[in-house]
Amino acid sequence: MPTVEFSPSIDSRPTYAPLKSHGSAPAIMVADTAGADALLDLMASDSAVTDKAQIVLIAPASDKLARMDLMVKTPVHTTPDLDTAGPLVRQLLSTARMGTQMYLAGSEGMMGALCALATACGLPMDAIQTEHRGTAARRMQCVHCKGITEDVTTDPFECSHCGLTLFVRDHFSRRIGAFQGVCVDAETPGLIPTTQEIRP
Amino acid sequence: MKKLTLRVAEITALSPLVKRFRLIHPDGAPLPLFSGGAHITVDMPEGDLIRRNSYSLVSNPYDGAGYEIAVRREDRGRGGSLYMHTRVSEGDLLTVSAPKNLFQLDLRARKHVLIAGGIGITPFLSQLHQLDILQQPYELHYAAHSRSEAAGLTLLPDAPHIHLHISEEGSRMDLGAILDGQPLGSHVYTCGPDGLIRAVADQAARLNWPTSAIHSEAFTAPPPGEPFEVTIASTGQHLRVGADQSLLEALEAAHVPVDYSCRGGACGRCETGVSACNGQILHHDHWLSPDEQASQTKIMPCMSRFKGARLELDL
Ligand code: FES
Repeated sequence: MPTVEFSPSIDSRPTYAPLKSHGSAPAIMVADTAGADALLDLMASDSAVTDKAQIVLIAPASDKLARMDLMVKTPVHTTPDLDTAGPLVRQLLSTARMGTQMYLAGSEGMMGALCALATACGLPMDAIQTEHRGTAARRMQCVHCKGITEDVTTDPFECSHCGLTLFVRDHFSRRIGAFQGVCVDAETPGLIPTTQEIRP
Repeated sequence: MKKLTLRVAEITALSPLVKRFRLIHPDGAPLPLFSGGAHITVDMPEGDLIRRNSYSLVSNPYDGAGYEIAVRREDRGRGGSLYMHTRVSEGDLLTVSAPKNLFQLDLRARKHVLIAGGIGITPFLSQLHQLDILQQPYELHYAAHSRSEAAGLTLLPDAPHIHLHISEEGSRMDLGAILDGQPLGSHVYTCGPDGLIRAVADQAARLNWPTSAIHSEAFTAPPPGEPFEVTIASTGQHLRVGADQSLLEALEAAHVPVDYSCRGGACGRCETGVSACNGQILHHDHWLSPDEQASQTKIMPCMSRFKGARLELDL
């Protein structure tokens, strides 16, 4: 899958770069099925990167899992979705030591959620690399009810918790790992701009 | 810059070379509180010259009853510490700056690893109070040549997470062993000689610590050196910088205003452009990048000196 070009935006908006090997440092790698290609590219660039790596694939397509299994010596963990990946990643972080690198690849929503989880466990931001692959869907937090809506692909969208129509901002909370959604018709109730697909 | 005039309430010898000065408000009024790692700048007037050195506060940051600093006598220094040791007595009034902090704890850390070399123990002494009150986990490693030189010893609690490394007794600090295997979210802080700061940064980098978790402060006072001359570009004025004077002090004496904060080459406040340079700037700061230093287009007057025919400052 080709990498997505994001349009320039405010500093708050996360940017992504291809994963770069930190050699054989202890590592935690997490990817969804689109991101698995980025991990495979990383491993092809430096096979030592998996020497002390724990690898988690979220809902991987079977061909990707098979390719990954061929690349690494340790078993690859798989989880059916992000919700089940969270506790597993948290457990890996709980025994990790300083020097551990985190490699995340895939959707913005997944990477945002896991970055927030990892920093809450003490991993500094500069030990985390992120490479975007796949969907441009966003993980959005409603600034009014604080509920999170996953996989938002349109602007505006309806908050899945409180039902307000929310405007998709580029303002990103690293602590929460989500973009901020703000009521689009607060000043002019009922006057809602036409729905557009989110541009990367 | 806000100044305080404080009375020297007590002077205590902590070691043959280190004295602690306790400063209180002359009326007993409470002093502004500070945070662990903060320092104050002390004015040391001599004739029509004012020398100013910065010293880390070693007292409890939450206690406004007094400030305490520990000063090591440097016989080969420019005279600042000698002034404190020989000219200041109990009961004297000293003019000091309000506390400033360039070496604060990162309170997001899960654990703090503090590494001190020699008199570099001083900023940690106030940080330990803060860490105890915040109940944050830490360990302290304190390296000194000998027990009698380890001035901080009397101020440190005897606790299992406080480790003393006395090289004379053959117990050298093993940075690899200290840094390897620290839990996720650890931050390391180093204060001491440049060599120690570099060694800790190198070791942490080898263990893949992210740079945001590595902190340091060099505790240097401006070094003495050969006298030199500078020219002020805007006025054509020539100034002579004496052997025991810093360039910043010479500029202040000539009423050429230059902003400052740390007076130790760390904060960047005194950065000054160089409009002409025929000779060699002797950079002693920790602020300019190696490239900037090599370009000889900027100087940090609080620390750096000059050797050569002509140095013109863009002032
Ligand atoms: S006063 Fe801080 S670098 Fe000179």
